[in-house]
Amino acid sequence: MSDEPRGASSDPEADPTHPEAYVLNMGPQHPSMHGVLRLKLHMIGEEIVVAEPVIGYAHRAHEKMAENRNYLMFLPNSSRIDYLSGMIYNIGYCQAVEKLLEIEVPERAQYIRVIACELNRIASHLLWIGTYVLDIGGVTPFLYCWDDREQILDLLDAITGSRLTYSYGRFGGVTMDVDDAFLTGTRTFLERMKSRLPEYDTLVRKNVIFIERSRGVGIMDRQTCRAYGVTGPCLRAAGVAYDVRKSEPYGIYDRFDFAVPTESAGDCLARYDVRIREIEESLKIVTQAVRDLPAGPIMPDKPKKKFKPAEGASYFAVEAARGAFGMYLVSDGSEVPFKLKLRTPSFSNLSSMPKVLAGTMVADTIAIVGSLDIVLPEIDR
Amino acid sequence: MSPPETLVDKLDSPWLGVVLGVAAVLGMLTVNVLFLVWLERKVSAWIQRRMGPTEVGPFGLFQTLADMLKLLSKQLITPRHVDKPLYHLAPLVVFVPVVAAASLFPFSAGLVLQDLDIGLVLVFAFGGLAFVGIFMAGWGSNNKYALLGAMRSVAQNISYEIPLILASLSVVLMSGTMNLAKITALQSERGYWFIVLQPVAAVIYFIAALAETNRAPFDIPEAESELVAGFHTEYSGMRFALFFFAEYSNVFIVSMVATVLFLGGWSGPLLPGPVWFFLKVYALVGLTMWVRWTFPRLRFDQLMSFCWVVLTPLAILNLLITAFVARLV
Repeated sequence: MSDEPRGASSDPEADPTHPEAYVLNMGPQHPSMHGVLRLKLHMIGEEIVVAEPVIGYAHRAHEKMAENRNYLMFLPNSSRIDYLSGMIYNIGYCQAVEKLLEIEVPERAQYIRVIACELNRIASHLLWIGTYVLDIGGVTPFLYCWDDREQILDLLDAITGSRLTYSYGRFGGVTMDVDDAFLTGTRTFLERMKSRLPEYDTLVRKNVIFIERSRGVGIMDRQTCRAYGVTGPCLRAAGVAYDVRKSEPYGIYDRFDFAVPTESAGDCLARYDVRIREIEESLKIVTQAVRDLPAGPIMPDKPKKKFKPAEGASYFAVEAARGAFGMYLVSDGSEVPFKLKLRTPSFSNLSSMPKVLAGTMVADTIAIVGSLDIVLPEIDR
Repeated sequence: MSPPETLVDKLDSPWLGVVLGVAAVLGMLTVNVLFLVWLERKVSAWIQRRMGPTEVGPFGLFQTLADMLKLLSKQLITPRHVDKPLYHLAPLVVFVPVVAAASLFPFSAGLVLQDLDIGLVLVFAFGGLAFVGIFMAGWGSNNKYALLGAMRSVAQNISYEIPLILASLSVVLMSGTMNLAKITALQSERGYWFIVLQPVAAVIYFIAALAETNRAPFDIPEAESELVAGFHTEYSGMRFALFFFAEYSNVFIVSMVATVLFLGGWSGPLLPGPVWFFLKVYALVGLTMWVRWTFPRLRFDQLMSFCWVVLTPLAILNLLITAFVARLV
């Protein structure tokens, strides 16, 4: 290697259509790439001409693993697909298998599942608020969010034994019943969280710098969202009221009174507002579920010993914290799935980035990628 | 009124005075920077409802001392492909002007190392010199993040120096001198601080000073979520520590300038001069910390337009009004 510094013109990775641009490799090791995302940015000065997301650094072959073990053995994998809303993925996988096997779930277990999933959703959104504000340079809200999220992790830890990668669901119910301590703790948390949201409003939402950094930044309109299959809060921020819990209700979500918050702008600010309001809606759902929680068993009377679905296929989707998480399960009649295809929301959401990022500045790139709430292990699977 | 006897004048040999003076300034800066870093960690912890350092010494006071020792003992890593002269010189070019600037301040009546009539100009001149070092670091590192950081830094500092100096000039117009000790003495004589007559200039100065010291919400040159560590990305060990030291010293220096210009320097009742001086400086430092741990970061273009569209015209207007009123009175 020569000691001469390499100039932009001799850059081997330069884009031929933009010979004057230089390449900035952002990631996979970078403070704000949310794991191991690599962005290849072709830039002129501070402006980005072409942005290429490069993925695959956290690929663990979950789909292939599913083909090599029986249905139950894949259960611990499910929450490791998206470790930030692992409960929703875990329960979602159970529900997908239950649909294939036609297993009835007892009432109490259904309610417990809703409580656990919604608490997990709040935790995931809290983490997003923290990291998003951190991405645009505000450190303090991050620790406030972490503090609140910790309360949820403690609650879920008490009933599941894990903090992030839960294996709480079983085909037909859940592993452990909730006790009074958990219910009291949940009620306390609900009260606490309601009083904390106005604080976030004062600290973050009303801050003029925060508004200036988010408004009109990274606009994803309806057409873009439709073209790339964007779901979740990003889609709702563009004004489409699509939420799997409402559009194709699963479990017992049709029994609860909650709204699907939407915004019209489709920018980073709208995505923030949607997530804050989703926290409020989730709080409502948990409040109702805790109030209506019936007594009874948490597993079917005669749990199955072997899970051997008939030949066939089924598609089942749940609303994860980042959007629609779909599972296409194909059974060949054996104990092992023939094929499990995972449709993960962040993958589609991230795929819109080359279009959205072109023409922005570096600082906006960080804000926009942050506003998507991507989880790399879920993209790479 | 004869000029007050300064510390250097009291010594027999001028060279001994210089050596002792530099040692005194370095010592003063080191102690203050160590304390400042500790204070920053405690203030941020308090704002974020954490504990902050608690282990080393009472209230974790010696934590930064331990950190400094660690940085001193670390291996100096020089990456391949760096522009060696620039890369090695940069930390010094950033560090030395800071020490030089710190020697110009009157801590109390007569307690001043270099009592110069162009004190204020020199402080700003030394402040401007440091950015050459920052650009050397960014350019010499052969790292795109460092280069981007240096580029932002230079653009930012050239812009913000203008409202900073214009705001200070309003005070100079009122006092008729650029001698820091005389400006302080004048406020002491008249019995009021210049912030009373120049509140707009004080606010402009404070905002521009935040940008000048690369502090949040203007910490764009080293925005960690964007540029990793900006211009000092490729520096480790003591070289990094020199940048760090210069950065915190700069916070201290702009607070000292603000204290002298707007808050009456060492003047105050009952307590001795140095106590008043450092009380005021630390009140300002506390304010910058409060701001840092509350606000997110501006974007580069927003930062520039804020300077050129809002701050600079406002500072010019304020200067014109001051000049007009000074002429009438």
